[in-house]
Amino acid sequence: MQTKRTIFSNKGLPYLLLAPQLAITIVFFIWPAAQAVKSSFEREDPFGLRTSFVWFQNYTRLFTDPNYLNSFGRTLIFAVSVTFLAMAIALLLAAAVNRLIRSSNVYTTLLVWPYAVAPVVAGILWWFMFNPSIGILPYALGQFGITWNHRTSGTDAMILVIIAATWKQISYNFLFFLAGMQSIPNSLTEAAAIDGAGPFKRFWTIVFPLLSPTTFFLMIININYAMFDTFGIIDGTTSGGPNQATNILVYKVYDDGFLGLNIGSSAAQSVILMLIVIALVFVQFRFIERRVQY
Amino acid sequence: MARIEISGVSKVYPGNVEAIKDLSLSINDGELVVLVGPSGCGKSTLLRMIAGLETITGGTISIGETVVNKLEPAERDIAMVFQNYALYPHMSVRGNLEYGLKNRGTQRAEIDKRVADAARILEIEAFLDRKPRQLSGGQRQRVAMGRAIVRQPKAFLFDEPLSNLDAKLRAHMRVEIRRLQRALGTTSVYVTHDQLEAMTLADKLVVMNGGVIEQVGKPLDVYSDPQSLFVAAFMGSPGMNLIDIESLRAIGADLPGSIPTATGTVGVRPEDIVLEKPAGPHLTIAATLDAVELVGSESLVYANAKGIEKDIILRSSGIHRGNPGDVLALHIPHSALHSFARESGRKVAAA
Repeated sequence: MQTKRTIFSNKGLPYLLLAPQLAITIVFFIWPAAQAVKSSFEREDPFGLRTSFVWFQNYTRLFTDPNYLNSFGRTLIFAVSVTFLAMAIALLLAAAVNRLIRSSNVYTTLLVWPYAVAPVVAGILWWFMFNPSIGILPYALGQFGITWNHRTSGTDAMILVIIAATWKQISYNFLFFLAGMQSIPNSLTEAAAIDGAGPFKRFWTIVFPLLSPTTFFLMIININYAMFDTFGIIDGTTSGGPNQATNILVYKVYDDGFLGLNIGSSAAQSVILMLIVIALVFVQFRFIERRVQY
Repeated sequence: MARIEISGVSKVYPGNVEAIKDLSLSINDGELVVLVGPSGCGKSTLLRMIAGLETITGGTISIGETVVNKLEPAERDIAMVFQNYALYPHMSVRGNLEYGLKNRGTQRAEIDKRVADAARILEIEAFLDRKPRQLSGGQRQRVAMGRAIVRQPKAFLFDEPLSNLDAKLRAHMRVEIRRLQRALGTTSVYVTHDQLEAMTLADKLVVMNGGVIEQVGKPLDVYSDPQSLFVAAFMGSPGMNLIDIESLRAIGADLPGSIPTATGTVGVRPEDIVLEKPAGPHLTIAATLDAVELVGSESLVYANAKGIEKDIILRSSGIHRGNPGDVLALHIPHSALHSFARESGRKVAAA
């Protein structure tokens, strides 16, 4: 690959040109991150007057805290469900739209709309629809004898946040799957049709394997989304409740730190999340180019 | 192996675009038929209709004894070789060859035997375990052919299979396709826009234009006796010289008395124009040399005659040494003249 190379006559100029970007990165990303790492090793008294250095105590406490381990489990259920559902539904929709010839643009536009809705708004939207006292869906479910109350039932609450988070992520996945499918030459599916493969077989043996780079990319993105970008949805619908049932890791950071004012523990939790993100990104860059190739 | 019978077939695309107009053609068992024509003439559409990749608006297509209009591509028992080869990129060469057989539930032993046979015939045994992207263009082409022959279908359909190859490889593969088709004796339909490919491959040549067949015949018959102005101009490189009969009359050319009265245009092949006075009856046109193209084995001479709009092209063997501005006498034997009707452009027989 050819690299563009510019020779600067003044040695200070390149640093000067980089300075704004570096300043923003340092002030808004590196510094807070460093602060979080620092705080995670400290313990503060309730009035913020004294801070003592406690080594890994915050971390060891976390891993013996049943609430934190529970939150880990909840996060796992939530992230796996959202990733799987958002990708499966998006794949189905993309496959359907890809078959259309004339009206595909209309469908694409409509299907992308949810992506433009802010997470909190999406959360409130679903919260409203599922509201046990005034929502239309609990009423409809009630007709079938199903009682819906996400204020008391942890399962209902989990289903609600999964639906809201999935709904919002389908658009993104849909766009990538559709683009992936459109880049597969028609002649391949035609050749497969002549080779005696029916529509389902064509999809699973030709189209889906050729989409594998897209699928893998989306999987990483979706796990990331479900674990870190769903704060607004949780906050807008269940606020982690009832009884910790939807208190996923990223929400617990906020809950413990800003509401519980346990800064040390909250910082330790965010450092753990940071390590998880780093691991995911590492996996993505390390394997996406090499493993998933045909 | 089977006959293909196309009768009264038409194709209308949404928006009332008529791609094929009431077309009939019969393809005999074991025959290699080449559909040739300029882009947009409907030749690929016709092929895809035979394959089942396009619906048929009107008329019927039958393969063997069965009318296939409503059958899925898979049920028609045909194999197709695509212009871009359409190899499955995530499967090995072996996987590509096996795919169609596996889908049809062929026995493992039979699959292995057929793949081995095809690989031997096409000399692709060495890369059966490679992926398509690790192959050169010519090798991919062979794999695409292999995928067609392992199936032992009733008919092969070729959709411009050689147009992605370089000129030398194209000439080589042309000969191979011909040899292979002869050896297997499978009915084949071959689509190309390259008239040289069409001439060399075809048992039966079908020249298409604007969704209709202009002429069907043996390649040499089509070349030496074109039935319309379109065929005359399309076949041959360069095509036939076509001259308005009125301009010939105006310059006092010695037209044969037998020329039909309906004639509007006369045509003459570039190789039929001679510079030395021939023995038989002929007409002569005085012209000035415009340009000479030296091909090596022959020369194409472009000459401009007063009163005739287009350059007249003549082919002389060897190297023509002349300079622009030279005055030439172009002699055209009466026997080499083709007459085409004024309105329809169809050939008119000598009275």
